[in-house]
Amino acid sequence: MPVIDLNWTAFLASVLVVSTPFLLAALGELVVERAGVLNLGVEGMMITGAAAGIVVAIETGSPWAGFLCAALGGLGLGLVFALLTQGLQSNQVATGLGLTLFGLGFSALLAQGYVGVPAPTIGGPDLGPLRDVPILGPALFARDWVVYLGLLAALGVWLYLFRTRSGLILRAVGEGHDAAHALGYRVRATRVAAIAFGGAMAGLAGGYLTLVRVPSWTDGMTAGAGWIALAIVVFGGWRPGRVLLGAWLFGGAQALQLRLQAAQVPVPVELLSMSPYLITIAVLVAISVRRRAGGAAPACLGQPFRAGA
Amino acid sequence: MKTLLLAGAAALLPLATLAQSAGDDPLKVGFIYVGPVGDGGWTYEHDQGRLALEEALGDGVETTFVESVPEGADAERVIQQMALTGHDLIFTTSFGFMDATANVAEQFPDVTFEHATGYKRADNVGTYSARFYEGRAVIGHIAGHMTETGKIGYIASYPIPEVIRGINAAYLAASEVNPDVEFSVVWLYTWFDPAQEADAARALIEQGVDVIMQHTDSTAPMTAAEEAGIVAFGQASDMAAAGPTAQLTAIIDDWAPYYIRRAEEVRDGTWTSEDTWEGIAEGMVELAPFSDRIPEEVRASAQALADGIAAGEVHPFTGPIARQDGTPWLAEGETADDETLAGMNFYVEGIEGDIPD
Repeated sequence: MPVIDLNWTAFLASVLVVSTPFLLAALGELVVERAGVLNLGVEGMMITGAAAGIVVAIETGSPWAGFLCAALGGLGLGLVFALLTQGLQSNQVATGLGLTLFGLGFSALLAQGYVGVPAPTIGGPDLGPLRDVPILGPALFARDWVVYLGLLAALGVWLYLFRTRSGLILRAVGEGHDAAHALGYRVRATRVAAIAFGGAMAGLAGGYLTLVRVPSWTDGMTAGAGWIALAIVVFGGWRPGRVLLGAWLFGGAQALQLRLQAAQVPVPVELLSMSPYLITIAVLVAISVRRRAGGAAPACLGQPFRAGA
Repeated sequence: MKTLLLAGAAALLPLATLAQSAGDDPLKVGFIYVGPVGDGGWTYEHDQGRLALEEALGDGVETTFVESVPEGADAERVIQQMALTGHDLIFTTSFGFMDATANVAEQFPDVTFEHATGYKRADNVGTYSARFYEGRAVIGHIAGHMTETGKIGYIASYPIPEVIRGINAAYLAASEVNPDVEFSVVWLYTWFDPAQEADAARALIEQGVDVIMQHTDSTAPMTAAEEAGIVAFGQASDMAAAGPTAQLTAIIDDWAPYYIRRAEEVRDGTWTSEDTWEGIAEGMVELAPFSDRIPEEVRASAQALADGIAAGEVHPFTGPIARQDGTPWLAEGETADDETLAGMNFYVEGIEGDIPD
C-alpha cells in the first residue's frame, strides 16, 4: 500500500471552493422546491449568471459588480420562469428544460468576445490568527468571501424556513397549496418570490464559476453543474444542513479523485467520479422506502396551482 | 422497406425537404460538434474550418452545424436528422461519434460522411485525423527543457489511443532532453468541463508540477496556469488570450484545407472513402509562435525538431523504445508503424501509473 502523499490543506481548501457553486445553486433550488415548484432551469440560470457576471466584471473591473449582475441575471431568468409557470400556468418541467436550453444559448451570445479572457477576482476576509492554525487554518480561513457567504446562506435558509413565520407559510404553500390558499395565504406571490430567490442563487453560483473557480468564460462552461445542484437537493432531503453536506460530498469526491490521480495514487477513477450519483440514488431509494415526512419531497412539488380549482 | 421508412420520416420534414427540391442546389455540408463553438479549443478550430469552407466555395456551399452534441445514443439522432434534411456531406468531429456515424451512414448510402479521429470506414464513410503526436513531441521537447521541478502535469480526457499516443510522444521527447522528468497524468473522462479542467490543473500544481499539458478542449487549464504563474501549452487552438504569459506555444489544428478539399470532391463526384492522417508537413498540425520565455537555443532546437518531423527525417517514435512493463517495442532505429500508433493502448517505459480501462 503506497503512502498517500496528499497536500491535505490544499485538498480541504479545494473542497470548499468546488462545493460552493453546488451549495449556492442547491440552496436556491431548495427554497423553490419547498414552495412546491420544480425548477429544472437551474443550469440555464446558472450559466446566464456566469456570463452576466464575467462580462460586467471585465467591463467594470469590479468582481463585486460582476457577482451582483450574476445574481440579477439568474433572477431575471427566474422571473421568466415564474411568469410562464405561475402567471401563464405552463408545465414546470417543460418550461424549466426550455429555459436551460435558452440559457445555454443566450449566455453564449452575451459573452461572445469574452472567451478565455481572465476575470478580475475577489479576495477574502482577513481572519487574522485563525489563518495560522496548522493545516486547517490556511484551508478553512483563507478562502474568498463567497465561500463564507455560501455557508452563511445555508444557515440563513435554515433559519428562514424553520424559524420564521414567513418560512412556515412558504412550506405550507409547498405542502398543500389549496389549504394554504383557503387560509388566505398568497400562494402565487410566495412561489414567485421563491423562484426569484432560487434564480438569484443559481446566478451567483454561475458567477462563482466564471469569477473564482475557472476564472474565465467558455461557452457551456457549467457543464452540468446545475443538474448536480438539483441532485443535491434530493440527496439532502430538502433540508439545508443536509444540502450543505451533500455539496461537500459531491465537491469532495470531485476534488479528491483529481488529487489522488495527480499524486499518482492508483484509484479507479470511474468509481470515484460516479460515487456521488450512486449515493444519491441510494438516498432516493431510502427516502421512498421510509416515506417519512422529514425526508420526503414537498407534497405539492411540481403541481400547478389554480385558485378555486 | 428501409426506403419506405426513410420516405416516411422525410415526409415529416416538409419544409426542410421542399427547400432542397430546386435545381442547382448548393452543396449542403453539416458539422456535428462535441463542444460549443466558443470553447476556444478543439471545436472552435473545426468551426474555423467550416467558415473557411463557406468562404472558399461561396454560393456553392451551404453549411450547418449542431454544437455540444453528447457522444453516444443522442448523437445518432442528431446525425440522422442532418442526413434527413438534405445534407450531402456530414463531418462528425469527435471520436465518440464513431458508432453513431457508422450506423447512420448505413441507412443513408447517398450521403457522404467524414468522421474525425476514428477508424470505422465504409463506402460512404471516410476518416480523418491529424498527427497531433508530432506536435506533442515538439511541446514535450520544450517542456523537458523548461521544467525546474522535473514534474510535468498532463490533463487527459479519455483513455483512447489518440490521447495515450500524445502522452507517450510528449514523454519520449521530454525524457530525451531531461532523463529525470516525471509525468503526472490526470484523467477527467470528459472533453469539456472548464471547472473540472481548472481544478485538475490546480491539483497538479499542488503536487509540484510546473509545466501543464492538456488534452481537453477548454482554455481553463491555461487560465489556471496563468494564475499560478507557471507555464502551459495550448491545445487544438492558440490559447494565448487565456494565458498571455503562461502559454509557451500551442498545437493548432488546421482543418480548413481538408474540409475544402473533401467538399469539392463530393461536389465533383470524385470523393472516395479514405483514411487521412496528416501532420506538420501537410499543415494540419501547426505550432503557435514560441514564447519569449523559452530560451533562444531551445526555441531553435524545438523548431529544428518540428522541421525534421515535417521533412520526414525524424519520427517521434524511433527505437529503442520499451513498453511500460519493460518488454521491448521498437528496436534501435526502428520507427513505429501507423497501425500500432492508431491502436496504441500502452504507456512507454518511464511513465508511471496505469491507464484506466
